[in-house]
Amino acid sequence: MGKKRPAYSNLMKEIEAGRFVLTGELEPEKTTGLEEVLASARAMKPYVVAANVTDNPLAMAFMNSLVPSYIVQRDVGLETVYQMVIRDRNRLALTSDVLAAAHLGIKNILAISGDHTVLGDNKGGLPVYDLDSAQFVYLLHKMIDEGTDLEGNEIHGEVPINVAIAANPNANPLEPEILKVGRKVKLGTDFIQTQTMFDIDLTKEFLKETEKFNCPTLVGVFPLKSFGIADFFDKYIPGVSVPKDLLDSLRKCKEEPDKEKRKPLYDEVNMEFFAPFIKEIRKTTKAAGVHVMAVLYERILEPLLAETM
Amino acid sequence: MIITKQKPLEKIMEMAEPYEKIFVVGCGKCATVCQTGGEQEVAAMAEKLSDKISGFAVVEEPCDLRLTRRDLRSSKEAIAGSDAVLVMNCGAGVQTIADHTGKIVLPALETMFIGSTERIGRFFERCRACQDCILDETGGVCPVARCPKSLLNGPCGGQVEGKCEVGEYKDDCAWILIWKKLTEQDRLDLFMKFRPPRDNSKKVLTTELIF
Repeated sequence: MGKKRPAYSNLMKEIEAGRFVLTGELEPEKTTGLEEVLASARAMKPYVVAANVTDNPLAMAFMNSLVPSYIVQRDVGLETVYQMVIRDRNRLALTSDVLAAAHLGIKNILAISGDHTVLGDNKGGLPVYDLDSAQFVYLLHKMIDEGTDLEGNEIHGEVPINVAIAANPNANPLEPEILKVGRKVKLGTDFIQTQTMFDIDLTKEFLKETEKFNCPTLVGVFPLKSFGIADFFDKYIPGVSVPKDLLDSLRKCKEEPDKEKRKPLYDEVNMEFFAPFIKEIRKTTKAAGVHVMAVLYERILEPLLAETM
Repeated sequence: MIITKQKPLEKIMEMAEPYEKIFVVGCGKCATVCQTGGEQEVAAMAEKLSDKISGFAVVEEPCDLRLTRRDLRSSKEAIAGSDAVLVMNCGAGVQTIADHTGKIVLPALETMFIGSTERIGRFFERCRACQDCILDETGGVCPVARCPKSLLNGPCGGQVEGKCEVGEYKDDCAWILIWKKLTEQDRLDLFMKFRPPRDNSKKVLTTELIF
């Protein structure tokens, strides 16, 4: 990429203004209704600059993420980060969806590979992977900065969108992950959102190693609403494990038979773990912010923010 | 080599069920190595088909029409008197036999992949015939064949300690193998290199090679 891309989104403007930003996460599921997503968006709006809208996470066939990305912006007034996986679309479909996103006023796109179809709920599906995520960042660069599609065919109208990529500081070995991030930053990445982190040392190491790329990074954190979620996360999310102590503390909360009484117990465990974690990131690293994946757990945002900001 | 495996016997019997006389053709090359269509397997299949069998032959290379013509010459009458030919070859062999005999063909094998053989019973996919070979840039490890996402700019976020999310972390991540090889060869610049999207029209439009 040649010259620096303007900050089109509020999120990017906040980052460039040097404010430590928070982004949230919304997950449209296998439903035709958006009540839950809109309720979550409203609940998190006071605390976050923008919210990611997931795109068929874990290769599950959910509602198209462009629609809630747009409706959340329109009805809630919360900026969104439209997640796009390359697993489900070839270059034509990617181009079409980016054009549609630009028309709908989407200002951020997170370009990711997506978990393989065999991990999802339609295992027999043919994964597309016509482009990989680096090539998708390249396509976005062409559309945003040069006004053409991949083949150089002219686009009518602007595509004022900032581009995010994902990175996994938990990756072992880490070096190829760092090299890969460098490759994508060169192609036209505005900011990075990381995979969920539980290990502060790994987080710091990653931030140190990627400092040379001069690309703002939001560290992913995933407050764990229940032991069940933590256990699922630990077992099934590629490349992420929940620390044993945290898992044990959450397991203890589950022993409380009254569901309502369990909630403050879970909140306490999460606060004890994540408040110092976020504080440490904020105070001792150059991270641009945190990406809080508190899906359906928005109630944790207020105390977490009060404690860490 | 083309790696094959036999279809379940009940599936083969189900395919064979409507026909009274069946001729069996094996392969003297790849399917012999895979132990899916050599002399022994063809004889065993003929035994299983018992009273339906009209004859059998192993063609040196059934994907080669010239050798098919030569090796089936002596079976011409048996084939002519058969209702179908059960072919213990890869898909290319099955179609060559179909073209040559004009008979109904029954594929007894599944064609798995273009692979290399470590020993009998240990075959590994190594090539997707993508028509755009970059093995010079990837330390001799093919990301198209060996990465389930065929990424040209990997690895993805699904590798854990060098193992791939597909197949429950049993298989190596191709891109970690590539990184290791290029590190050994002091060629990490090639790892960093951006490989642009491929022109897939070349592959789509090429089903023949004629010169």
